[in-house]
Amino acid sequence: MKRRDFLRHTMVVVAGAALPATAIEWLDPRQVAASQADLRWIFLVDTYKCVGCGFCVKACKSENDIPLDANVTRTWVERYVLTKDGKVHADSPKGALEGFTDERIDLGHLGKEAIAAEQIQQAFFVPKLCNQCENPPCVQVCPVGATYKAPDGVVLVDRNWCIGCGYCIMGCPYGVRFFHPVHHVADKCNFCYHRLHQEKKTACVGACPYGARRIGNLRDADDPVTKTIMTQRVGVLKDEFGTKPQVYYIGLNKEVR
Amino acid sequence: MVHGEFWTVKELFVLPNEYIYWSIQIVMYPFMTGLVAGAFVLSSLYHVFGIKKLRNIARFALVFSFALLPAAMMPLMLHLQQPLRGTNVLMTPHFTSAISAFGIVFLTYACIVASEIWFVYREFFVEAAGALKAKPDRSAGENLKLRLYSLLTLGAWAIDEEALARDHKAVTILAAIGIPVACFLHGYAGFIFGSVKANALWMTPLMPVIFICSAVVSGIALCILCYIVTMEARKFFLRRRAGRGSGNLSVEQLRGVEANEVSISSRYLLTFMVLAITLELLDVIFRGYTAVKSWDILRQVIYEHDFVKIFILQYGVGNLLPFVLLLLPRLTVRRAALACLLVLFGVFMMRWNVVIGGQAFSLTFAGFMHYHLPIIPHNLETLKEGFFGAVAVLATPFVLFFFLNKILPVFLEEKAH
Amino acid sequence: MKNHVWRPLWVVIALVAVILTARLFIVPEDFGVHDSGYMYGWYRQGNLAEWKAPPGKYRHDGECGQCHDERAGALASSPHAPIVCENCHGAAESHPEKPGKLTIDRSRALCLRCHTPLPYPSSDRSKIVGIDALEHNPGEECSMCHDPHHPNLEEM
Repeated sequence: MKRRDFLRHTMVVVAGAALPATAIEWLDPRQVAASQADLRWIFLVDTYKCVGCGFCVKACKSENDIPLDANVTRTWVERYVLTKDGKVHADSPKGALEGFTDERIDLGHLGKEAIAAEQIQQAFFVPKLCNQCENPPCVQVCPVGATYKAPDGVVLVDRNWCIGCGYCIMGCPYGVRFFHPVHHVADKCNFCYHRLHQEKKTACVGACPYGARRIGNLRDADDPVTKTIMTQRVGVLKDEFGTKPQVYYIGLNKEVR
Repeated sequence: MVHGEFWTVKELFVLPNEYIYWSIQIVMYPFMTGLVAGAFVLSSLYHVFGIKKLRNIARFALVFSFALLPAAMMPLMLHLQQPLRGTNVLMTPHFTSAISAFGIVFLTYACIVASEIWFVYREFFVEAAGALKAKPDRSAGENLKLRLYSLLTLGAWAIDEEALARDHKAVTILAAIGIPVACFLHGYAGFIFGSVKANALWMTPLMPVIFICSAVVSGIALCILCYIVTMEARKFFLRRRAGRGSGNLSVEQLRGVEANEVSISSRYLLTFMVLAITLELLDVIFRGYTAVKSWDILRQVIYEHDFVKIFILQYGVGNLLPFVLLLLPRLTVRRAALACLLVLFGVFMMRWNVVIGGQAFSLTFAGFMHYHLPIIPHNLETLKEGFFGAVAVLATPFVLFFFLNKILPVFLEEKAH
Repeated sequence: MKNHVWRPLWVVIALVAVILTARLFIVPEDFGVHDSGYMYGWYRQGNLAEWKAPPGKYRHDGECGQCHDERAGALASSPHAPIVCENCHGAAESHPEKPGKLTIDRSRALCLRCHTPLPYPSSDRSKIVGIDALEHNPGEECSMCHDPHHPNLEEM
């Protein structure tokens, strides 16, 4: 009986110790945000310069293999028309893949709305893309660790690990995420991560004829983009969510959603 | 078409990537886990709090809770874009995400229910195995049954007073532990929604509590309803075999047992209904009172677009009507059954109004999305996330329960009395 | 422990052991907490290299003029100078190896991206000349009359 008890007790101890031992790798307390000290990508959008041509959207889709006929996009341009009666009319037909070739505002299944030119108080275009937030809520809610913040600040998705639950898509306040129609996993703008590491600019930055889009390194004090955001009046989108977005806007109107 | 495009209609200013990604299966999932949690709580009312009058429905609720578990996992498997990677949640759980709790909580709860069932049925396993062993000529099926029951005893063959007393105590402890776990199983689902700061309708600390309360409501209602249905079925068969009396309870005795248990369970149902509706109304009132930036669009969704779904279907038909039905004097079993059916409908509508309602407005607060549930499927996607996918999920627990009942017979009171 | 009540617990522990053993085989070695902490840095490190690997498609290097000097030169002194060649000709990739020939998008829709006049005085869009698409040679390709590299007809 004593031997049986001894064996039983040993089994319990070993089993009990084995459990936390195998689990412990994810409790590894490398908690310090030792992200790259010399590189943090940021983006600058100048809404005064954007003319709504949509070349950026087309370039992005081509560069990153998002099918042109799929109604999802890693980046898009919104049009805002503010009329004298105080109303805001906004749209983004196909994300501006084909530019804005209609004066009328696209209202989805409600059709199109014509606006008289003399009623327009002001109108402008606002390009949007993933903000590569410093505190990305989409990363926080991923149940399996398929999306993450890379050391240089870009938020990436591991296509081989994503289970396609869609929680990250629901968690993004900016609506930049979607399900990739071919890979059936979550997808979003990743600042053309493959291009950045070949000393190239992102496809959208390169395609923009008027320099409305620019990319830079926050940690480089001499970077022209960094200098701009430090010295000019710039804004960010929905900062009330505490996400600390890293896409900065010149000329951000209060009506921008 | 991209995922979600087929059943989403956009109106006014909606962002290009916005679709109703979380559709009918995500409505089904909290509904099913709610039934699981509620069934278990009902069962625990007997096992933990010793409300003896609930003994029979308690056993029923316990086994049904177990049958509901695989059915609770189905909506997730049908929804995932990569269902074969579903196990990643157990492999590399990211605990900052509410959904990561699924794997562990689900398994923990399954283990607790399975263990509790084992303790409740151990005596039966031993006796059934013994009876089969004693039988000289066994058919193949009976041999299989003998093996199964022997295995299920886990080698614990003692059914003396002391052993059974230990079983009883274990059941009490497990049922007590199980209540918070069952609450967690459904509370975390509420947390999944309540913690999404990006969604103006979902974001509220009340969400987990609302979900738990309405889960208990749905669980109790389902158990009462199924209990009534099964009792009626048994009475029907008893009447048919009127001549072959075998010491079973008579129809009259059954009727007495049934009405009593239904009546008592209904009282608990009413209590939790009051709690659930109070919290929901509190949420709506608070939103209207504080009127933050999102209120304009939410008001349009709640009071205009979804008015019928929320106030007529969920609050009216699904809450007020059964409330009145249950409170009217001289509650009959038939009236209770109707009330429970309506309550289940109300709870389903609540899940619908939260999940779909939260996606009825755009992140721009200047556009709407309308959901059209695919009925006739034209591809795998519209089957999985369509009407028939939902029906399959609803039907599964009953199918499973039918088979489980053959191994774990739910109605043992003939022996008990 | 003679008490049979612990038996279900053994079953549960066995189940947990199976899961943890499976984890050892299924979870890649490089999966863990990296850099940005557990909340933002829980991932498979090998994925970084996977995202860095693909070659870029657009060149956007302003080097088209090395071979196509006439066109590039004309473009540079025209109002279309800010437009990069690949916007209308598609990604150059490793042209002239692959693709051997770039496409030429002559569609009317391409030009209308900028040349649909939009009455927005507060945007640089209003500085771009536009045409009434329904009146000005409807249905015709713009390049039938306007060389995109030298679009201004008056200067020809």
